Amino acid sequence: MTTTMLRRLHSRLGRVLSPAHLCTRSQSSATAERKRFYQDVSISQGEGGLYEINLDRRKLKTPGGKLFTVPNEALAIAVATEWDAQRDTLKFYTMHLSTLCNTALDNPTQRNKDQMITAALKFLETDTVCYRVDEPNALVELQKNEWDPVLHWMEKRYDVTIGSSSSILGPEIPNATKDTFRQHLTSYNFWSLTGLEYVITQLKSVVLSMGMIDRHLTVEQAVLLSRLEEEYQIGFWGNVEWAHDYDMYELRARTAAGALFVHLASESSTVKRKLMQD
Amino acid sequence: MAALSSPLRVCRGILKELRAIQGPDYKRSLAYNYIMEQFRKNKVTGERYCRAQHESNHDSHTYLCLLASTRTHMALHELYHSKGEHSTKSAAAMVGLRLPTQPGGKGWEK
Repeated sequence: MTTTMLRRLHSRLGRVLSPAHLCTRSQSSATAERKRFYQDVSISQGEGGLYEINLDRRKLKTPGGKLFTVPNEALAIAVATEWDAQRDTLKFYTMHLSTLCNTALDNPTQRNKDQMITAALKFLETDTVCYRVDEPNALVELQKNEWDPVLHWMEKRYDVTIGSSSSILGPEIPNATKDTFRQHLTSYNFWSLTGLEYVITQLKSVVLSMGMIDRHLTVEQAVLLSRLEEEYQIGFWGNVEWAHDYDMYELRARTAAGALFVHLASESSTVKRKLMQD
Repeated sequence: MAALSSPLRVCRGILKELRAIQGPDYKRSLAYNYIMEQFRKNKVTGERYCRAQHESNHDSHTYLCLLASTRTHMALHELYHSKGEHSTKSAAAMVGLRLPTQPGGKGWEK
């Protein structure tokens, strides 16, 4: 088994898989689901130009107790839409943007920018796109055809050498490459780095994350490339909707949320008016 | 990589998702107004390849992907993973058996 499959298997084993049936639900778990307790969701601009979310008359707070604030209107509207999308019960596991904002605001693991950048660079050493298989031959070809272009794009765009390897130790990333990336990542603010870290964890690849953040890949493309080996196995053995599709859509949702979060957190939009030329 | 599909399709897709979330009066929501404003603002450009336009197009794709996959994921969850396990009684009933009873209850039960 390759590392990709091991990672996926590990995350899948943690989930309880149960058969669909027609009997009533058994009251087994202790998760008391919160009901939707508000009618309207609105946003308002508070002090410092930061936006807040209002559920009816109450201001939303983070799990850490802080006031929930976001730096721009677009992100506020997207978060408000997430809260508005909840029906009878609040399904927090579908509210990815809110979760990301909470993480950025509360910073429960007390990380700073440097630590996050170091962690991201460390991940490059076991990047999915750089970690190749030896066999079966079809998969080797597939990895070469799908992953090499992205790798080359990345190397060209940042003027670095990354390379790929099929040894168990993984690729040897030169220090110059790491320095270049460190310099680039330092230009991101804390919120954007939080989002980037999230995306890297989801896609299991720094290269694919950067490719998507730099708008070279769409979310669907990045997810497909991240799951390349799984897709290959699905093509061979068949698709299992309650596992494969379930995982894929969840990965898409989380990755899309992360990408949007990074873009909105680093956004500054200006309108340039060009003069009409006769 | 491959070119993104047209902004019109993405816009329609996002509105479809918003309608699925909000219901019939989705046009009054914050998201609707913001999205329409963004699409209108980014329509006009004289450049052949406008970087900002490519960025906005990619962002709109991302948001559409977010809305659509969240909804699909929830639907799959409801379909396959929302119901708990069978109780022992119903599991036994599936193969036509009944649970044994002991008059007076088992010693460790109360």
